[in-house]
Amino acid sequence: MWTSDLTLMMLEGVRDTLLMTLLSTLFGYLIGLPWGIVLAVTDKTGIRPNAVIYKALDVIANIMRSIPFLILLILVMPITRAIVGKTTGSAATVVPLTLAAAPFIGRMIESSIKEVDHGVVEAAQSMGADTFTIIWKVLLVEARTSILVGVTIAIGTILGYSAMAGVVGGGGLGDIAMRYGYYRYETVIMIVSVVLLVILVQIFQTLGMRLSAKLDKRK
Amino acid sequence: MTGIIEVRNLSKTFETDDGKVEALQNISLSIQAGDIYGIIGMSGAGKSTLVRCLNYLERPTSGTVEVEGQELGALSERQLREIRRDISMIFQHFNLLMQKNVIDNVCFPLVTGGMKKKEARKRAEELLEIVELSEKALAYPSQLSGGQKQRVAIARALAANPKILLCDEATSALDPRTTQSILRLLQDINKNYGITIVIITHEMSVVREICSHVAIIGEGHLVEQGRVSDIFAHPKTPEAKELILKGNRTDRRTLEDRQRELMKGKCCIRIVFSVNSSFEPVIANMVLRFGQPINILRADTKNVEGIARGEMILSLPDDREVQEKMKAYLAERGLAVEEVNGYVD
Repeated sequence: MWTSDLTLMMLEGVRDTLLMTLLSTLFGYLIGLPWGIVLAVTDKTGIRPNAVIYKALDVIANIMRSIPFLILLILVMPITRAIVGKTTGSAATVVPLTLAAAPFIGRMIESSIKEVDHGVVEAAQSMGADTFTIIWKVLLVEARTSILVGVTIAIGTILGYSAMAGVVGGGGLGDIAMRYGYYRYETVIMIVSVVLLVILVQIFQTLGMRLSAKLDKRK
Repeated sequence: MTGIIEVRNLSKTFETDDGKVEALQNISLSIQAGDIYGIIGMSGAGKSTLVRCLNYLERPTSGTVEVEGQELGALSERQLREIRRDISMIFQHFNLLMQKNVIDNVCFPLVTGGMKKKEARKRAEELLEIVELSEKALAYPSQLSGGQKQRVAIARALAANPKILLCDEATSALDPRTTQSILRLLQDINKNYGITIVIITHEMSVVREICSHVAIIGEGHLVEQGRVSDIFAHPKTPEAKELILKGNRTDRRTLEDRQRELMKGKCCIRIVFSVNSSFEPVIANMVLRFGQPINILRADTKNVEGIARGEMILSLPDDREVQEKMKAYLAERGLAVEEVNGYVD
């Protein structure tokens, strides 16, 4: 039977999932945003082409993105232990989540920035703007809508990954679904966890798209 | 006399996947302060590359560009950014910040140049007044027409008090009427603020409207240069001749106005010559026969279904009886006759 204990556990699951997802997204952007900017700027069509820097960041991003998340989770356990002090629970999951999200976010930022019309960049250059100004006041401003769509996609993806971390004791809704639903055959709990995950993704997706549409001044 | 812009032996080669492309070869120009200088050529002639060499958005492969006595190639990045504030530029596709409103777009060069935000806004408002767009200050570029966007771009270009304004096909995306108003605005700016204007275009009508000097670029070479009036009267090279003829043909507006003017209050007819009618000097014979002058407003040949057919617009004498007789006379000789009273294409 469904008990109030179970409700409490579900609510904690939602809280942990949200916390993991949002923290990892935040840290992911702290690394991914500069990463993506440098990729876009140093590419041969960018405003400061630099083949060495571009290639280095490009290769690292490819390597990190090709490691399956579950393997990454285990591979980075020493780092996780060094930072968080343990390897299980929601807080510990933030470390591998961030590392998995950062290169992916970097790629999305890179592609958002590359969508910016080169003519606008050229106009800024003709007005004597320096590289920093062009990045800050032209590229990021013009790419704003696309970057926000990227954030929405990133949150959804990270939320999905956070559920996967449940396999190795990650915490949150994914952990509940694994422990009760999969190992103990408590189907109801598994379905409730999955439905809650679906609802969370829906909410983020809707909010993100609305916000980016509202901020888009092109129409 | 040393000009405000001196280009000497400039060449630009692009390395592409298909090998080297020589976009510009050995170009020398001298543009005097206060000129409105046209650079004209067919598309692909290299004129856009040339104008980008004038502010070093493109670095020439060889040769030098001097602006106000400073050789751009010898400047550091910082000095180059500094001098670019004296050389503004407007573009075919306006290149406004789409996510910023009009006044913020105009403020952009001011704020990045270190001006305080409040001061910049005040100056931007003045500039919008000059381009007659004050009421659109808070609109976003996507809400403006092409002509309005170009006006915003011009206000932005004037913000930093430049000495030179480069216009890269600035009217090519605009309809003829808007083109006229933008050209007038550029002319006023040149006159009122003494700003030297360099206009890149493929339209001869633009050069004829407002330029004092012109350089003709063909396939990366400087073909001809000089005062517009001289080149118009005596084009020396085939390229110049071609551009001038092409310009005349596309210059519809003046043609239309002139024809309407001549047709006012007159009885006019359009006649079309068929193949066999061209053996007889019909018009000359008609004038001799009736002893009355007629005025040929336009004569042209048109390609109809692969056959060249002659067409004329005639203005007939005012006497109604003579008019009718003339029409009958022409019809008898196998010509299609039609009365017209507006502009005929």
